[in-house]
Amino acid sequence: MNDPVDVLIIGAGASGAAVAWSLADTKMHILCLDQGGWMKPSEYPSAGRDWEAKIYGDWSTSPNVRGRPEDYPVNDDNSPIKVVNFNGVGGSTVMYTAHWPRLHPSDFKVKTLDGVADDWPIDYDALTPFFEENDRMMGVSGLSGDPLSPLTHPPMPPQPLGLSGPLIGKAMNKLGWHWWPSDTTVATMDYEGRARCINLGHCTPACAQGAKASTDITYWPHAIRAGVELKTHCRVREILTNEHGMASGVVYYDKDGVEQFQPAEVVIIACNGVGTPRLLLNSVSGRFPNGLANSSGLVGKNLMFHPYAQIYGFVKEPTDSNRAPPTCLWSKEFYDTDLSRGFVRGYGIQFVRGAGPVFEAVASEQKGILPWGADHHRVFRRLHGHRLGVSAICEDLPEEHNRVTLDPVLKDSHGIPAPKIDYTISENSRKMMDHGLARGREILEVAGATDICMNNPIPWGGWHLLGTARMGTDPARSVVNEWGRSHDVKNLFIVDGSVFVTSGGVNPTSTIQAIALYVADQMKQRLANLFD
Amino acid sequence: MSANELTSAQRDDLRTVAAMIIPASDEYKVPGADDPAIQADMLGTLGRDTALVKQALDHLARLAAQPLAELEPAKRDAVATEFRATGGPAAVTLVRVVLQCYYRDDRVLRSLGLELRAPFPKGYVLEEGDWALLDPVKARGGRMRVP
Repeated sequence: MNDPVDVLIIGAGASGAAVAWSLADTKMHILCLDQGGWMKPSEYPSAGRDWEAKIYGDWSTSPNVRGRPEDYPVNDDNSPIKVVNFNGVGGSTVMYTAHWPRLHPSDFKVKTLDGVADDWPIDYDALTPFFEENDRMMGVSGLSGDPLSPLTHPPMPPQPLGLSGPLIGKAMNKLGWHWWPSDTTVATMDYEGRARCINLGHCTPACAQGAKASTDITYWPHAIRAGVELKTHCRVREILTNEHGMASGVVYYDKDGVEQFQPAEVVIIACNGVGTPRLLLNSVSGRFPNGLANSSGLVGKNLMFHPYAQIYGFVKEPTDSNRAPPTCLWSKEFYDTDLSRGFVRGYGIQFVRGAGPVFEAVASEQKGILPWGADHHRVFRRLHGHRLGVSAICEDLPEEHNRVTLDPVLKDSHGIPAPKIDYTISENSRKMMDHGLARGREILEVAGATDICMNNPIPWGGWHLLGTARMGTDPARSVVNEWGRSHDVKNLFIVDGSVFVTSGGVNPTSTIQAIALYVADQMKQRLANLFD
Repeated sequence: MSANELTSAQRDDLRTVAAMIIPASDEYKVPGADDPAIQADMLGTLGRDTALVKQALDHLARLAAQPLAELEPAKRDAVATEFRATGGPAAVTLVRVVLQCYYRDDRVLRSLGLELRAPFPKGYVLEEGDWALLDPVKARGGRMRVP
């Protein structure tokens, strides 16, 4: 048996890294287990000539396509939105767009403001210092002063507008609609040992330059220097409990596939909104027959994805193609509720600069705008390097029938039952997506775009995995309390996107990490009576 | 022959359908997707796509009922249309394999004015753009909803 540790963290991604770093100053013995390994930037796609082809295989955002031993399969056949993630040190921050908005203060009070879903048990102000701390740790670029977003203080200037940004800005100005340079975790100057962005263009499947913040190059070096231990290629199968109903440790498979038991005084789960309920539901015992921390029956329920409604077209002017980070601007024009639109809540807009030649050819052929035959060359030259995109990232409200369960058949490479997703897009979300597409069409048409195409939703767009172990003050209606501790198991904490009560209409990673830092801070303040 | 390799007939049909997707062009001074080097790239890098590509070529062979190259052009076009409409994920994969190998060929990239290199380590230069475009947004102001 391994020596016991004070704190065991499961998952070395966005939230696991943040909570590990924050807790390190307690000088407790902290161990993190991750099913994946350390990344090798020299092997990232943009370091090779076949950089684009790799997104259809080894560097697909879908774990089902990648199929590496570090990945676990996901049965998402019964969902129009497919789960995408990455498994390894850094987790999905290795493969994200680095878009860095925060949830708005109003997002924490949706019941009070709009009479839907539930209010969060915490508010934006409780997270403010942790947003700021996280922005410094991850290294954020942007422009302070956006009138329609929470006030931020990015330590680096925004990304250049490039060729695409002015086309979008002019169109938005003609329409009189809000737009603003996005906060991103792309370093625009040398920052804390990271080299500045050199516009490799292929941000999502990892950044060979190291300009994009992923926690393997931000939080983890600091956490390890502070004494946190990180074991890779260790896949946790289940959390065990003792006769007092407390977590006693975890069973995991080590890098050689050998089953191990790791005892711990405190267990923190940081496995995302699919991996976390999967682990809890796999942790069945006589005391917890329906899965660990599941007396509410809500573990796995209320899955929220953020349906993405995407529309794009092609302008006469050259755009940035693959020669810039794909995201650079956002709009909050339609973020807040306006019931005259026919739906409650709203969406953020994320503008996209362009695509490389392979992606353009594949996508345009599939949409039927790039023909076979002699005209192929002429049309391709009109499309390639001229794409502008608009994506509405729609607030997904919690619904219990949208859920993660265990698949009765599908298993990972260690024989652990895989997650199964049952998810439908709500009527409210559909109306929101249609509204976003209509506004996106207006933007593109004002910009002079033609050959307009859409993805409604983006099918492989399940980046944001939220809500499946929600926080709240009522143990009957939530899985963890207002500071991340399980209602049922007093030494079990959850710090990832599972704890979201509602989803907001923005990318969630900034808020996920702020919550992880907030939970760590709450734990540190309560060390003397953490289990009371 | 390994199960992971295409048969001679399948390779012939792949070459023919690739040329139908992207024929050579004198105007743009580019080869077609049936070019030997591009075909060799496809066959050499099929990897995880092999099964679906073979499935697509089997479907194509059933529709054509003879080597695709031996069909008269009108019939061949009809088969291609039917293949694209009914081929499902296998047809999508085959077309994607053709396109991803074509659009990384040096001659094609050169014709598009693209540099023959990986993005890293040289990267690209991105112009700053006109930040004055943001002035109307700043002037208009606004206020986010506060609870």
